[in-house]
Amino acid sequence: MPKIEKEITITNPQGLHARPAALFVQVAAKFNSKIMVRKNEECVNGKSIMGILMLAAQRDHKVVIEADGDDAQDAINELEKLLMQNE
Amino acid sequence: MNSKNFSCKMNEITLKGIPASAGVAYGSAFILDKQDFIVNARAILEKEIPIEIARFEEALIKTREEILEVQKKIADDMGMQHARIFDAHLLVLEDRMLIEQVIKGVKNDKMAVEYIFSKTLQHYAKVFSNIQDEYLRERKSDVMDVGRRILKNLVGESKWYDLDQLTEELIIIAHDLSPSDTASMYSKHILAFATDIGSQTSHTAIMAKSMGIPAVVGLKDATLYVSNQDFVIVDGRMGLIIINPTEATRENYRKEYNRIIVLKDRFVNIKDLPAETTDGRRVEILANLELPEEIPTILKQGAPGIGLYRTEYFYMNRMDLPMEDVQFAAYKHVAEAMAPHPVTIRTLDLGGDKFVSSLDIPKDMSPFMGWRAIRFCLARPDIFQTQLRAILRASAFGKLKMMYPMISGVVELRQANVLLNEVKQNLRDEKIPFDEHIEVGCMIETPSAAMTADILAKESHFFSIGTNDLIQYTLAVDRANEKVANLYEPGHPAILRLIKGIIDAAHAGGIKVALCGEISGDPVLALILLGLGLDEFSTTALSVLQIKQLVRSVSYKDAQEVARRVLELLTGTEVEEFSRSRLKELAPHVISAEMEK
Repeated sequence: MPKIEKEITITNPQGLHARPAALFVQVAAKFNSKIMVRKNEECVNGKSIMGILMLAAQRDHKVVIEADGDDAQDAINELEKLLMQNE
Repeated sequence: MNSKNFSCKMNEITLKGIPASAGVAYGSAFILDKQDFIVNARAILEKEIPIEIARFEEALIKTREEILEVQKKIADDMGMQHARIFDAHLLVLEDRMLIEQVIKGVKNDKMAVEYIFSKTLQHYAKVFSNIQDEYLRERKSDVMDVGRRILKNLVGESKWYDLDQLTEELIIIAHDLSPSDTASMYSKHILAFATDIGSQTSHTAIMAKSMGIPAVVGLKDATLYVSNQDFVIVDGRMGLIIINPTEATRENYRKEYNRIIVLKDRFVNIKDLPAETTDGRRVEILANLELPEEIPTILKQGAPGIGLYRTEYFYMNRMDLPMEDVQFAAYKHVAEAMAPHPVTIRTLDLGGDKFVSSLDIPKDMSPFMGWRAIRFCLARPDIFQTQLRAILRASAFGKLKMMYPMISGVVELRQANVLLNEVKQNLRDEKIPFDEHIEVGCMIETPSAAMTADILAKESHFFSIGTNDLIQYTLAVDRANEKVANLYEPGHPAILRLIKGIIDAAHAGGIKVALCGEISGDPVLALILLGLGLDEFSTTALSVLQIKQLVRSVSYKDAQEVARRVLELLTGTEVEEFSRSRLKELAPHVISAEMEK
């Protein structure tokens, strides 16, 4: 299965901060695929809270999620859904 | 290097700061701020790598258990919502990036895992500090909290260079001291404090005075010059610290120290006598209390009550909110220990919004004009009413009074009383006893309260003037900023006029006025306050007898005359000079060489 990429604009007013970041990491960790999150030049492990926090993605920032593995498509779908739903 | 506050002779280094608590002390230095991440670089052998990695994993598991335990406790006490904060902590613990980086570091550098881990942590701390977003920048403290726990479990508690483990007598050197820092020092053998920042009214100064030890604050960069275990002299009268003093300097200070010891107990013979002027004006000299541990000292000074019992300690030294029963037990203990004398509890006077979710007290000063004290309490009736309930329940066991801090107008006073009356009604419904006649006062510490004292007097049982805040608000001087500390003038005509107005308005309304700021313990200003008609002085325990001696040495008529004269003067310096010169004539034995400036 090839690597899948998806660009998403953060809409949560809080950005990808503590609570949303924690959720993101928890969901990402469920999948076997390697998951990376990219913002501009920076690229971090999507299963790492430190990585996601250091990305400092705020509202209206664009991030690219990369998933590489047998469940890549499911992972992208679920993470996208998570980022699109605003608490 | 700042030549102004720095001088050097042989190896001896003298730093000049702000005198915050009188006396001298000498001993071994302990630098509080540098304790966080002292981890020695220790090389390991190739074959030790798996052992180090196993130690790391063990520490992570242990830390996880600790955090789960704390989380569970908070969930039980406050609900799951609050406990969620620790989810982020747990994720840091499981963080792949962090763990992989540490394991890789151990393998590549062949160094002990605690060293690699502390380096990695410092790297993250730096990255977080540089993030633009303020909220994320603050996540640094979460990461550091977890990191500190892991390090503690790696190094082992016994090797952790922690104040709790120390038994020898020490001089504490720090950038700044938070209330929770000083609270944990209460039972230790601390000889003196010296801090980089702060002013005469900062928390460090107040605590040092109540502990009866010298302190120098505003030293700017003392933590840079002093090393752990250096021999240091702290001169709290001159505001000096002397690092690695020569034998001659040491000898001078030894003599000075012995002289002060003799002076300390000189008023003890008037302990049980009333604070009454030679012409029969009776006032009360009470003590301020921060921690119940101070009560024996206070009783030794013969103080007939507590004029200010600060309650912030409960909230600052913990990560969850103090339960009603914990507060009740403490208030009851103080009420009983002081009975039949009165104890005035000040309701929560916390600043800023960062005390529940963070373990550490924030390093930066909370904004003094922000969301603090009664404003915070009115916005959080859940927290406020818990405290009120604890106070009321304890009122059945002694003579308790209570007062609200930072009242800026009568509306806040009324709102607070509405919440108080709700709590009273609940207690009546539950048939829980409390003092139905508990007196409720108003702290006068904002210029607006001072100027509307006549209005507030109609709805208060008493006033307590909080001069530390009143002075800083009136003179627009941030007392935590050492650059403007010299403008903080308690004798400023504006302050004297406000205090006179408050006392006159209170007396016209038939209520009494107490004053619980630092100035009530300064004989030069206390003489003026006496003359202005103040009814109660509440001061640090160690000034109680000196102020009582002052009151007993002068006539009310003379004090009134001093007050009348200083009100005509134009500057704070003139006011203090005049009062000091009159004090020397009227009661020379009250001002000793120790106090002279």
